Amino acid sequence: MTTAPRLDPPARVLVTKIGLDGHDRGSRIVAAFLRDAGMDVIYTPPWQSIAAVVKLATEEDVDAIGVSSLATDHLIVPQLVAALREAGLAHVGVVVGGIVPADEQPALVAAGVGAIFGPGASRDAIVAGVAALAADARAARDAELREQTP
Amino acid sequence: MDARWSSPDIPPALVALVDRLRRGEAAALARCLSLVEQGGAHADAIGRLIGAASGRAIVVGFTGPPGAGKSTLIDAFVGHVRAGGRTVAVAAVDPSSPISGGSVLGDRIRMQRHTEDPGVFIRSIASRGHVGGLTETIHRVLDLMGASGRDLIVLETVGAGQSEVEIAEAADVCVVVNAPGLGDEVQALKAGILEIADILVVNKADLPSARRTADQLRAMLTLRADARDTPVIETIATSGAGVAALAAAVEARAELPAEQKRARRLRRVRRLIAQAAGRAIRDRILGLDDPRSDAALEAALEGRCGVAEAAERVLRLLAYPAPPAPAGAPSPVTGRPDAPPGERSPPPSCPSVIPPYGK
Ligand SMILES: Nc1nc2c(ncn2[C@@H]2O[C@H](COP(=O)(O)OP(=O)(O)OP(=O)(O)O)[C@@H](O)[C@H]2O)c(=O)[nH]1
Ligand SMILES: [Mg+2]
Repeated sequence: MTTAPRLDPPARVLVTKIGLDGHDRGSRIVAAFLRDAGMDVIYTPPWQSIAAVVKLATEEDVDAIGVSSLATDHLIVPQLVAALREAGLAHVGVVVGGIVPADEQPALVAAGVGAIFGPGASRDAIVAGVAALAADARAARDAELREQTP
Repeated sequence: MDARWSSPDIPPALVALVDRLRRGEAAALARCLSLVEQGGAHADAIGRLIGAASGRAIVVGFTGPPGAGKSTLIDAFVGHVRAGGRTVAVAAVDPSSPISGGSVLGDRIRMQRHTEDPGVFIRSIASRGHVGGLTETIHRVLDLMGASGRDLIVLETVGAGQSEVEIAEAADVCVVVNAPGLGDEVQALKAGILEIADILVVNKADLPSARRTADQLRAMLTLRADARDTPVIETIATSGAGVAALAAAVEARAELPAEQKRARRLRRVRRLIAQAAGRAIRDRILGLDDPRSDAALEAALEGRCGVAEAAERVLRLLAYPAPPAPAGAPSPVTGRPDAPPGERSPPPSCPSVIPPYGK
């Protein structure tokens, strides 16, 4: 996988945890990866509500959201994706990292999750996956302004 | 993107976006903030559409050393403002990595009281990646937040290096947050952040050495004629203690008439310039290669004049450097061409007509 070109200004990525699980070691590491790849990472404590994530994604105008899930948190990601669409943030790429059982992955993809990274995912793969989704989001946003131009 | 539009050529989508911003829509504000950070034609067009309508909101700047508790304190302060019913926008600037250019914007971690309150809009800003420079971006960000109808804007910057300049000129009220145990207080003084304080906070007042830090700051202020009205407020951001006193102090300064607020901004910038000028003069004196200055140094060394008087003489040499060699007659004092008339070097025995420095 080749990494999408760096965005200018840098890609804005929210790294967060929803649900009940408070282990944020994984999301800290991923946040550092993305920063070292030149992205601007907005980081939150665990236990965010879906409403809080949508508000935050709106205000920060993020290009992508990384949700860390080690137990069952991924099960509420489809709700998050739906809430983002409802708020006019359909362009925002959503990535799930952590432990997602293989038989539960198709449901996430069907819900609109752009990529899923398991515990064995390499730093390069994570960076490339997030960068690609962020580049798509930025392009979609820029197109919005052009589209309505006569 | 590089084209400059005249007003009628601004894309209708952009005009519509700015209209939504003016109606206070958070998504439109957020989008405009990104476009402004991006710079270029869209940013300029937004600037023109916003025009002079902005600037109603009060801007309160919080700065101070890393880890002093600025974000936590802003969270509590914003809670206080919200309880009074007013809406708030927060712009939090965090440093970017000098190596990758990326950043982890962590101020929101400590602003968790307002995660679902639509009356609080929070935006994280990386210090790098701004086409027109960070200062330019901050001014535009504040204009947009003001135009979106927020009553109060809070600006957080880390007080290290350059950011105090931005906050000094952008904020109506400048709060400098200190905390005990962050190392040498004199360090904070050097960095220039005390220069810009309208209000000094000693946060983490639950820690044992907080009282001493507050006393040190008060002692420092009494030595400065232009800063004696600066209050020193002790707070515990994590519990909210002292936040009401802080809010009252901010309020008292925010309510000043516009001319007085402008005068305060000028005063802060003047202090910063004085400090920068002090450093520049020091460097130039240390590097001065002029026999007339040697004469002043010798006069001070031999006790023929005081250090302050010698300093005055050297300052004059800086203002009137020796003219190029061929011009004029050799100076009787230095053997070199003399200074312009009226600015001749004083004789080696220091004249007492120069008032001692600082009087
Ligand atoms: N004991 C004590 N700890 C505090 C207080 N206020 C903040 N803290 C803690 O100090 C640490 C830093 O707080 P922040 O609010 O992130 O400080 P900051 O000045 O915004 O930091 P940067 O943005 O990184 O420069 C956190 O662990 C806070 O919980 C306080 O009043 N007392
Ligand atoms: Mg902070």
